[in-house]
Amino acid sequence: MGSLSLRNIHKSFGSVEVLKDINLEVDEGEFVIFVGPSGCGKSTLLRIIAGLEDASSGDVLIADQRVNTLPPSNRGIAMVFQTYALYPHLSVRKNMSLGLKQAKQPTKYITERVNLAADMLELTPYLDRRPAELSGGQRQRVAIGRAIVRNPKLFLFDEPLSNLDAALRVNTRLEIARLHRELETTIIYVTHDQVEAMTLADKIVVMQNGRIEQVGSPMELYNDPDNIFVAGFIGSPAMNFFSARLLEMPENIKTAGLRPEAISIKKSGKISGEISHLEHLGADTNVYIDVEGELITVRLFGQRDYEIGSTVYLGFSDDDVFIFDEAGRRVRN
Amino acid sequence: MNKVRHNPLNIFAAHAALLTYTVIALFPVIVILVNSFKTRRSIFRDPLALPNTDTFTLIGYETVLKQGDYFLYFQNSMIVTVASLFFILLFGSMAAFALSEYRFKGNTLMALYLAIGIMIPIRLGTISILQIMVASGLVNTLTALILVYIAQGLPLAVFILSEFMRQVSADLKDAGRIDGLSEYRIFFVLVLPLVRPAMATVAVFNMIPIWNDLWFPLILAPGEATKTLTLGSQIFIGQFVTDWNAVLSGLSMAILPVMILYVIFSRQLIRGITSGAVK
Ligand SMILES: Nc1ncnc2c1ncn2[C@@H]1O[C@H](COP(=O)(O)OP(=O)(O)OP(=O)(O)O)[C@@H](O)[C@H]1O
Ligand SMILES: [Mg+2]
Repeated sequence: MGSLSLRNIHKSFGSVEVLKDINLEVDEGEFVIFVGPSGCGKSTLLRIIAGLEDASSGDVLIADQRVNTLPPSNRGIAMVFQTYALYPHLSVRKNMSLGLKQAKQPTKYITERVNLAADMLELTPYLDRRPAELSGGQRQRVAIGRAIVRNPKLFLFDEPLSNLDAALRVNTRLEIARLHRELETTIIYVTHDQVEAMTLADKIVVMQNGRIEQVGSPMELYNDPDNIFVAGFIGSPAMNFFSARLLEMPENIKTAGLRPEAISIKKSGKISGEISHLEHLGADTNVYIDVEGELITVRLFGQRDYEIGSTVYLGFSDDDVFIFDEAGRRVRN
Repeated sequence: MNKVRHNPLNIFAAHAALLTYTVIALFPVIVILVNSFKTRRSIFRDPLALPNTDTFTLIGYETVLKQGDYFLYFQNSMIVTVASLFFILLFGSMAAFALSEYRFKGNTLMALYLAIGIMIPIRLGTISILQIMVASGLVNTLTALILVYIAQGLPLAVFILSEFMRQVSADLKDAGRIDGLSEYRIFFVLVLPLVRPAMATVAVFNMIPIWNDLWFPLILAPGEATKTLTLGSQIFIGQFVTDWNAVLSGLSMAILPVMILYVIFSRQLIRGITSGAVK
């Protein structure tokens, strides 16, 4: 019912091509997250799925039906915007019910849906307030409520948490995860927050420059990245890259990568460096080591102390080294 | 910012400047109002004095109300001003919405074309306008005036309103589209209320010149039935004798309706309902 297929989607604004041959299959009930650097075309792709923007070429299929020419309101979707986009002059109740009213649903059904959504999001006490009289978190919940009320086949979220403070972000993240479990609807979610992507997604779509770089579950992307971009994008602190000559690799290998958490600090070894900076995070410690001019990050569990400027050796297992060829593609052995 | 605002010296300076300006701006109006209640003699002998039992008279108002058809002129002015404003705001905001919201070929060109009218005074085209009105049989009708004033007001209205409409959150309009609102409902229900302050500005800018205009009423609609207030008041200003009592009384009464309209619009100017719509 709620599946989504994107087939050969291209999009240009004038002469600028912002989406290049996007192909994607999303199964019903999946939680899919688009991540990628700013300007890579995530929002544009989401707006094409919603029907707010026309693709230059290609097909969008929702629940196996080609929807290219359907207006947004007939596509069976609901969207939550980064800026909430609540109607300022309408009460919370009217904000949530407007879509169903436009679709000429019976009043009784509308009231039922609104009450259900309000209940789910603990908004019942605020139903008669205007958006201006709510806090940021409450406004975001109303925006989510407005989407739930429509009972869509497909939820679209465009960076819904980026205007919230850190504590509220965690709460709302948990709430969205719970909603996904309860509603069992397909969700497409755009973010550039790693943690959101890793914790919420069934499937992550990593984009760069209007292209899909890799699609996979969070752990697939973490353990088995296809290329240097995905390897560097997923994981925090980011993977260390250094020229392969440090490890004496074959000719075609240009770059080697090592996750900060895969390195330990030893008293002796093959590669040595100088400690240049320490970050104490409480639960773990980030150590920055200068190895022949390249800065390597090491993430150590617990609280450690080292003297800045002291010489140490890197310890790691060869199995943890990712290697990439000249074009940045992963070389698997 | 708060510090600056709460500094008593700054508050004093700001108020002094504002008060001075208010006095200067209001002085002529007050003089007109005060003198409209005085006899002709005391107007000239002591123009700044308040009327007392000796000098108080309503003769000016009586003349105005008796001579000419003051109420008809008044009504004509009102119809022309209100109708022109209504259509300037309606068409202006619709054009502004199209220019700011939709991407189409020639968008920039169209915006420029519409803005040219700001720089070229419509009076340059008076003769052609008169010819058109004669040809279409609209001479001596209020419609002629209304049409001309709409054309005169639209360029600035489109320019100001499209600038404001660009600032209305795109997400808000998109949320409306997803909820199934038509483009017309999005325009009337979501966008217009948010640009109300800009609409009021445009209304105030256009209202005064239309109400006070002498040129087009004189050329296009000088007939007795279509005279506007400004044109009608001219009968008291003669080449040799001017009935100052009547002129001052006529002017005083003409201020009132503009003031009422202004109060209505300035309320809108102050009110902002955007807060909380978008972060
Ligand atoms: N209406 C438009 N006209 C022209 N170019 C546009 C338009 N909308 C987006 N773009 C361009 O398309 C590219 C992709 O934009 P998009 O908003 O999809 O990025 P994004 O991945 O969502 O970025 P962010 O993470 O910053 O939100 C950008 O380079 C942007 O400049
Ligand atoms: Mg975006």
